[in-house]
Amino acid sequence: MTFELFIFYVFATVSVLSAVGVVTMRNPVYAALFLILAFFTSAATWILLEAEFLGVVLVLVYVGAVMVLFLFVIMMLDINIDPLREGFIRYLPFGILIAVVIAAEIIMVLSSDVFVMEIPKAAPLDFSNTKALGEILYTDYVYPFELAAVILLVAMVAAISLAMRKRNDGTKRQIPADQIRTKSTDRLRVVKMKSEEKL
Amino acid sequence: MIPLSHFLILGGLLFAISIAGIFLNRKNMIVLLMCIELMLLAVNMNFVAFSHYLGDMAGQVFVFFILTVAAAEAAIGLAILVVVFRNRRTINVQQLDQMKG
Repeated sequence: MTFELFIFYVFATVSVLSAVGVVTMRNPVYAALFLILAFFTSAATWILLEAEFLGVVLVLVYVGAVMVLFLFVIMMLDINIDPLREGFIRYLPFGILIAVVIAAEIIMVLSSDVFVMEIPKAAPLDFSNTKALGEILYTDYVYPFELAAVILLVAMVAAISLAMRKRNDGTKRQIPADQIRTKSTDRLRVVKMKSEEKL
Repeated sequence: MIPLSHFLILGGLLFAISIAGIFLNRKNMIVLLMCIELMLLAVNMNFVAFSHYLGDMAGQVFVFFILTVAAAEAAIGLAILVVVFRNRRTINVQQLDQMKG
């Protein structure tokens, strides 16, 4: 067994075990932390596949942003876990059966000769995965790339507009539409009156 | 040297576990969302493995886009979760039957 294969087995074991932890943990906070571990080990596996940029992006975007968002929401909501857990034991044999059947089928298909490919040579030392990805992303895939940016923008607007709540507690705040629409006559009122006599 | 099928089987195992997770945690909306994230990770694993073994960068570009869409999905899903909790005081999927579907 080569050292590379050994490393792969370590990471694969950790990531499968942490995936099991995600689905079986009672406390959602622990489940989220296990999911972070799964993402982290998967990032290591991707780096083993010479996809360094995506490995780093997985850690930055998923562990750094998405999972923090998950943890934030879990800790913000006051969840009563017990009613959510009922039926776990009842469905456990069924869930395990489905998972085992799916896994067995996938393994059966994947261990056929079709998926035996020659192992590619390692890239030279001065090869930059980030540069290669950038070159193809900004030329062949520039239109999907811009579309992805729009999707992120729409998602941001949607998330903010969903979660924003109108407050009725008398808090003072700015209404930009009214501020823009205002005219000088709204602010200044000229009052005609007699000048006062000198005493 | 690692054969291709090892990576594919790892992705398949992660996918199977997350499907089992959807069966087991069918009432907890947060864990359901996390299982979906895990599924997307398993799919991405296949893309990266094939990209490496076929020497084609397009697979990694696809993973890039899947990550983008998954991040957007997580943000909107969690926003919906917060709104649901604010209105119903629960995230139990079984109790969300107002639409009588």
